[in-house]
Amino acid sequence: MTPAHTRLIGVLVLVAFTLTLGAVSLFVGYVDMSPARLVGGTLAGELIPQRILLDIRVPRTVLCLAVGAALGITGAAMQGLLRNPLAEPGLLGVSGGAALGAVLALYTGLANAFYLALPLAGFAGTALATAFVFMLAGRHTGTTTLILAGVAVSSLCGALISLVLNWSPNPTALSEIVFWMLGSLADRSNRDVELALPFICAGAVLLLGCGKGLRALTLGEETAHSLGIHLGRLRVRVLVGSALAVGAAVSVSGSIGFIGLVAPHLMRPLAGGDPSRLLPLAALAGAALLTAADLAVRLLHASGPELKLGVLTALVGAPFFLVLILRTRRLET
Amino acid sequence: MSTLHCEGLRVRVAGRTLLDALDFGVAAGELVGIVGANGAGKSTLFKALLGILPADCGTITVDGQPLASLHATTRARRIAYLAQGHAAHWPLSVREVVTLGRLPHVRSARDEAIVEQMLRATDLAHLAHRNVLTLSGGERARTMLARALAVTPAVLLADEPLAALDPAHQLRIMQLLREQTRQGLGVGIVLHDLPLAARFCTRLVLLHEGRVLASGTPCDVLNDAALATAFGIGVARFSFEGAQVPLPWTLTPAPLAGA
Repeated sequence: MTPAHTRLIGVLVLVAFTLTLGAVSLFVGYVDMSPARLVGGTLAGELIPQRILLDIRVPRTVLCLAVGAALGITGAAMQGLLRNPLAEPGLLGVSGGAALGAVLALYTGLANAFYLALPLAGFAGTALATAFVFMLAGRHTGTTTLILAGVAVSSLCGALISLVLNWSPNPTALSEIVFWMLGSLADRSNRDVELALPFICAGAVLLLGCGKGLRALTLGEETAHSLGIHLGRLRVRVLVGSALAVGAAVSVSGSIGFIGLVAPHLMRPLAGGDPSRLLPLAALAGAALLTAADLAVRLLHASGPELKLGVLTALVGAPFFLVLILRTRRLET
Repeated sequence: MSTLHCEGLRVRVAGRTLLDALDFGVAAGELVGIVGANGAGKSTLFKALLGILPADCGTITVDGQPLASLHATTRARRIAYLAQGHAAHWPLSVREVVTLGRLPHVRSARDEAIVEQMLRATDLAHLAHRNVLTLSGGERARTMLARALAVTPAVLLADEPLAALDPAHQLRIMQLLREQTRQGLGVGIVLHDLPLAARFCTRLVLLHEGRVLASGTPCDVLNDAALATAFGIGVARFSFEGAQVPLPWTLTPAPLAGA
């Protein structure tokens, strides 16, 4: 079997696995209702099954798939652009900006002013953080300056979030902010989907178009330039694509770590190391990982508050990443 | 008219003049060696010719057309670049790396044939499926050369392709480049090995502090006075097949008797 055949089979298995997880996710929840009853009732126009399936589980599942895909593809694009396997969506300040925007909305009460105020504030935060990174780095500087600008903006966002927490008027507001930051897709509606999905799709399309440039970057910036790649434009595309996809994702889900780091790592062997092939594969893996994590959150729930999705991805992601490091170390010795 | 040509080139970076009043050209079928001490401006010259570093003054033309007027893809099809260090960041296969050379071209049925041809020319066909990160230094150098040749350019600019290679690989790469020039490719190559420069290059350009110190046949350029000025060294010479080949010998620039 040629490597191309192995890859094709791997991709088909991954697609089937992700779709299955998505389907299972529709039928797992806190109301005990069989899939047949849920689908039958929805088709018959019954109010309760319809509400449960179409207004609660469909948006949650769609957001799991979309947010996971956004984190996965952005992680892959960042790693390709920076040629660093440790790069992740948060490195260039994109998620930090979204978190700061949302936290400010919660702090000022703007989040309760109208329905989509919270995600919109997150989105505004992303836009500002990205613009700031561009201003700091300039269009024609190298990768190191871009990383430094991103780290600076990320740290600033982190510091400002701490300041907001510090000045939080009461424990209720404080816990609201902290819980939002832990990341969750519970109780999201179709309006969240309508807000986030177009931006996630636009970002993903922009990032998928960067494949050729990222592939050329495998051989370094000068060689990529000699192959006709305009590096300034490539950086802008990756950063704007990431800002659209992750900004929208973080705005509706809160901070969810490790998916953007782990999904590209998991898929790199299947992509044969090609940063261009890795983009759609990391999106698929991200979607599958986040849906699986959210399913676990729902299945693990017995009583009390639901385990936050971001907590679970970090709890599972960190040891998983350690295993990856140990495996790499074994291969290198 | 040279295929790739620059005249009166001046490049300044952060207030420092790295190249000044520099004339240089590579024509089809030529193997032009660029020699000079570290910091003389050899790599800077290539970066300016590729448009990576902006020229402060002077003209750069490709087939008579100003470099700045060419679309990046057109430039990429005409001038290939083999960078120093043979960097590869991800575990691509040798064939995939060589195929990257076809990026500037519209995808066609010819691509595969060209890639296979370059794999054979560089003696890499048996390693085509190997992960490029697991190759030896010599194999990786050949892979990167095959990648640059797969562009099928008019001119190849190779920046120290012989660095860190054993003598057999150095000879292999130089022979390969000479074969390619016989088929019409113009090659500009930065190298530090004076005997190899004297043996293989059709023309040499000796750079010193960002300017051309000497230019012409290897015999004309590699004279004692020029080498003393450029490197501050004295050379021993041996005669081979009628050519005087210089061998770096002392750190004192006094000419030595023939070895």
